[in-house]
Amino acid sequence: MSAQQSNLEILPVGVKIALALALLALLAFPFAGTDFYIQMVTRMMIMAIFAMSLDLLQGVTGLVSLGHAAFFGLAGYALTFLTPQGEAVSLWWTLPLAVLGAGLAALVIGFFVVRTHGIYFIMVTMAFAQMVFFLFFDNKALGGSDGLYINFRPTIAVAGQALVDLDDKRSMYYLTLVAMLAVYLFLRRLLWSPFGRALAGIRVNEHRMRAMGFGTFGYKLAAFTLAGGLAGLAGYLWGAQSGYINPELMGFHMSAHAIMMVVLGGMGNFAGAIVGAFTFEYLLHVFKDLPQVGGVNLGKHWQLWMGLFIVLLVTFAPRGLLGLAGRLGRRSHAAGGRSDPKDHQA
Amino acid sequence: MSDVLLSASGLTKRFGGLAAVNDVSIELWHGRIHAVIGPNGAGKSTLTNLLSGDLPPTSGSITLAGKDVTGWSPEKISAQGLGRSYQKTNIFLPFTVWENVRLASQSRQPHAASWFRRAINFEAVNARAANAIELSGLKNRMHSVAGTISHGEQRQLEIAMTLATEPRVLLLDEPLAGMGVAEAERMVALLLALKKDHGILLVEHDMDAVFTLADRLTVMVNGQVIASGTPAEIRANAGVQAAYLGEED
Repeated sequence: MSAQQSNLEILPVGVKIALALALLALLAFPFAGTDFYIQMVTRMMIMAIFAMSLDLLQGVTGLVSLGHAAFFGLAGYALTFLTPQGEAVSLWWTLPLAVLGAGLAALVIGFFVVRTHGIYFIMVTMAFAQMVFFLFFDNKALGGSDGLYINFRPTIAVAGQALVDLDDKRSMYYLTLVAMLAVYLFLRRLLWSPFGRALAGIRVNEHRMRAMGFGTFGYKLAAFTLAGGLAGLAGYLWGAQSGYINPELMGFHMSAHAIMMVVLGGMGNFAGAIVGAFTFEYLLHVFKDLPQVGGVNLGKHWQLWMGLFIVLLVTFAPRGLLGLAGRLGRRSHAAGGRSDPKDHQA
Repeated sequence: MSDVLLSASGLTKRFGGLAAVNDVSIELWHGRIHAVIGPNGAGKSTLTNLLSGDLPPTSGSITLAGKDVTGWSPEKISAQGLGRSYQKTNIFLPFTVWENVRLASQSRQPHAASWFRRAINFEAVNARAANAIELSGLKNRMHSVAGTISHGEQRQLEIAMTLATEPRVLLLDEPLAGMGVAEAERMVALLLALKKDHGILLVEHDMDAVFTLADRLTVMVNGQVIASGTPAEIRANAGVQAAYLGEED
């Protein structure tokens, strides 16, 4: 068995097939689903991008950030401020600008936080995110606690000709799907690059990495910046889809949810982050819709059910849903023959 | 063609009131093995940590390949040509033996830190790693997970990772600890071969190996150097006899 399997970096064949089938299902879904569910799955995919960006820090590099939502929210606000009251703006320049803005914020914050380790890193990332949260929450000029509306969705046009109309829910869906796929493929590629291998080395043994000559500060800062930028991509899409942005999006709960998504799906391989985000958002939907039983509104206490579910999952499948699937796959596989551990493909 | 690769003078490290290393000076020469011996707690590992940058010295200075590296970070000192192995095995347990060594080798090509090319496709990095694995005798364990190989093999891996960074100065902290007889013999032969192109600091408890390998010895007790000289001089030194060599351990 290959080493990296502790993180399921090499996806078992069964998992790969399941992911391919899931992709087909996602491609076909808008033709089957109602508007409500198309929007819901779009939101799941946005959260999947957000969770993958956190996984780069949490699962790959071993940096657990409790402030990742700050970059998600900042890019959403960037779109809000770039969109004038009376007309739409082009996605071609607002998207890169929002992503760069989130990345720049991550670079500045990262410069201070990646020096710290373990529990201190968790605390400092949370502190910075809370600062950003209250900057917007307490500032009427920035929308305050009520947040801000984005009156027009960004346009995507080539030579004056509208290419994709984001007011159309299916178009928004497919744009998000393309973004999610692109981020996944990019991060899988990154995982096996020298940069990705160095990040994994930092997770396992940063001390030795430094003794071997790696300037780990620079590597961690680059990862933090990149993760912030990708979180910004998710935040931008969120703003474009919902047309509304508020400080909760950069709040503590949002960051904590992303951590849970990554843990739920299985860390360090990005596929787990996607699975975790979909599962989390789906369960959220199910638990919130639970009926009134006797005098108790079960749906109102969705956090309790979510908490219980995660506790059970982490107890019985510490490597997340993907780890569980991989284990079941291997068990059925063991009867037929062994999987190829040299398969290093993404 | 002997020249000084590393020289430290007046190195002191205090932890609160305790001087773990007290006014130690040492020189490592190209083509020579300098052994540091002494009872447990003498400050040998602390000395190694000072030279590698893992700990900043309280006072004193270190010159490596002509540069004053006092107070430098471990990564900068490594880049300047110093490689070290650890007394307590310090490897990447979940990675394969190959990936452990490949990663060490990758550190010599910082611009190889591409985001898009696959790490396993960098030929110069692979060649250096393969050479280090060959030298340390781990070729048939290449694809094993580092956490699953024997203790002796993990010690060999320590050395392989150090060699893959192609250092000119080697600091080896008890490379023979916990090795079987055959493995230890192999390691002694390897160190003799490495001596030709490196300056080596050897911290070791195995006195047979030390007296086989060392060109010079420094004896430390309670953080201080009590004697320094050739193996013959050290053997004859009455103070060393009393403090250390006499007591069988």
